[in-house]
Amino acid sequence: MSFLVVDHVSKFFPGHAGGEDVCIFKDVTLKVDKGEFVTVIGHSGCGKSTLLNIIAGLETLSEGGVILNGREVSGPGLDRMVVFQNFALMPWMTVFENIALAVRSAYPDWEHEQVVAHVHKYIALVGLKGAEDKRPIALSGGMKQRVGLARAFSIEPKVLLLDEPFAQIDALTRGVIQEELVQMWNTTRNTVFMVTHDVDEAILLSDRIMLMTNGPSSRIAEIVDVTIPRPRSRDSVIEHPHYYKIRNHVIHFLVRHASHGVAGGEGVQGESSESVPLVVRF
Amino acid sequence: MKTNGNGSPWLISCFILVIFLGGWQLLTLRSSFDAKGKTDEQLQMMEFNGDIVRSGEGGYAWNPEKMKGVPGPLAVVEKARTELSEAFVIKGTNDHGIAYLVLYTVTRFAAGFLAASIVAILFGILLGLNRVLFRAVNPFIQILKPISPLAWMPLLLYTVKDPKWTAILVVFMAAVWPTLATTAFGVSSLKKEYLHVAAILQLSWFKRLYRVILPGAAPTIVNGLRIAFGSALVAVVPAEMLLGELGVGYLSWIEWNNLDIAGVIFAILVVGVVGVILDSGFNKLAGLVTYQE
Repeated sequence: MSFLVVDHVSKFFPGHAGGEDVCIFKDVTLKVDKGEFVTVIGHSGCGKSTLLNIIAGLETLSEGGVILNGREVSGPGLDRMVVFQNFALMPWMTVFENIALAVRSAYPDWEHEQVVAHVHKYIALVGLKGAEDKRPIALSGGMKQRVGLARAFSIEPKVLLLDEPFAQIDALTRGVIQEELVQMWNTTRNTVFMVTHDVDEAILLSDRIMLMTNGPSSRIAEIVDVTIPRPRSRDSVIEHPHYYKIRNHVIHFLVRHASHGVAGGEGVQGESSESVPLVVRF
Repeated sequence: MKTNGNGSPWLISCFILVIFLGGWQLLTLRSSFDAKGKTDEQLQMMEFNGDIVRSGEGGYAWNPEKMKGVPGPLAVVEKARTELSEAFVIKGTNDHGIAYLVLYTVTRFAAGFLAASIVAILFGILLGLNRVLFRAVNPFIQILKPISPLAWMPLLLYTVKDPKWTAILVVFMAAVWPTLATTAFGVSSLKKEYLHVAAILQLSWFKRLYRVILPGAAPTIVNGLRIAFGSALVAVVPAEMLLGELGVGYLSWIEWNNLDIAGVIFAILVVGVVGVILDSGFNKLAGLVTYQE
């Protein structure tokens, strides 16, 4: 059995003024192995962030279930840490305190020195040495998300959930942090579930990319295997012959679904049947 | 001066003060008494009334004991000098030195304001975290909020039967609503992500409250406290006057009863000074708990 299983999960929001419930997505099933990096990509509003929040336990699901390591997940927990799009650092705490809050919660019986050493280790890992006592206001977007990553990695969660983690960071910095994330992941080999709409980011980081159709009633239509060997870096990845094949395939998928607007994936030619996603491999 | 914004604000402040005091002095000056054009009968009547007194050389002068009109700044300074020199003297039940009066007012204010703040912040958090409760209680807050704290006074006096506690409760009533409303608002509009992080980290209820909710809502809560502070400061003076509780507000009333207008002006100035002292203390405290986003 896979490490993380999202089993036939559907999400409905109550309709306006007693109208019919709105289906965000339906019958989403995905399996993530231990140590695997899986990305969901799709247009805004397709429900990919909702899916991530459901796995995190921050939102309830309407049907189905999420199983992590053989146990059904209910409510948020330290085994599923989220890296938020808008960083979600506490502005009244310093960099050190933000991470220490997480570390103390994850390891409540650690001695003070142990906590301090652990926090410093992860601050150094994201290259923020010297910024320990700064508050988030004094940091750039890139540095803020480095703190977010350090906080998430520091509690060594079973699954790391990245919710469009680099969407609010300028393009140049984004590349640098993506590469840092690749290196961090290479050493820790965490299980990661990421949500993004950046195709290059998805290819650089993921083992598999799940393509989600537009909402409402969106679903995972295709799963693309990223057949580019690791370790990867931004230079080497684009040299690989599969890079542009994968990239073009994903972009074609997204463009096709954009032009169909709200109608969603139903009836688009060359698509897989209803619930079983098409596996694409180059 | 090449641009606006140059020049010393202190100089301008001093200039304004000098103009103000000079104008005040000029307007309150009284020319010396002139007996010309008045019959002996009239003069006798004025002397009898105590308006004028006989001076050494058989002439008349204004009676210095009987003031008319608004006293000038010099009279107020003279009054302030005597009051301050007796700041720590207690002459009788209703005649305590100015230092004691300031102390009474500040204690009364602090007691009412602190109690109101604690109650309002606790209930505000409760309401801010529970949307249904907030909506259920909000109509009552909206009705109670605009009621002048002084309007409560007769009822409070009747209930607690003690002017000391009534004065504190009036300050309480003035301070409780603004803090309650803004705290509830601050907590309910706290960024969802902070609560999400707290939920993922499985923080205990207490830790969630004092590590995340309170500091997160602190800037809004402080804004509410600031409004409450001003409203309580406004309420404390009339409360003292009406209840006859010793304090700087009551001082102004005593001096009015004494027909000592210089004393009234002095008391007004003391109220201002006490306000400034309390306000700067509050700002120091506020600076400790706010953050920038």
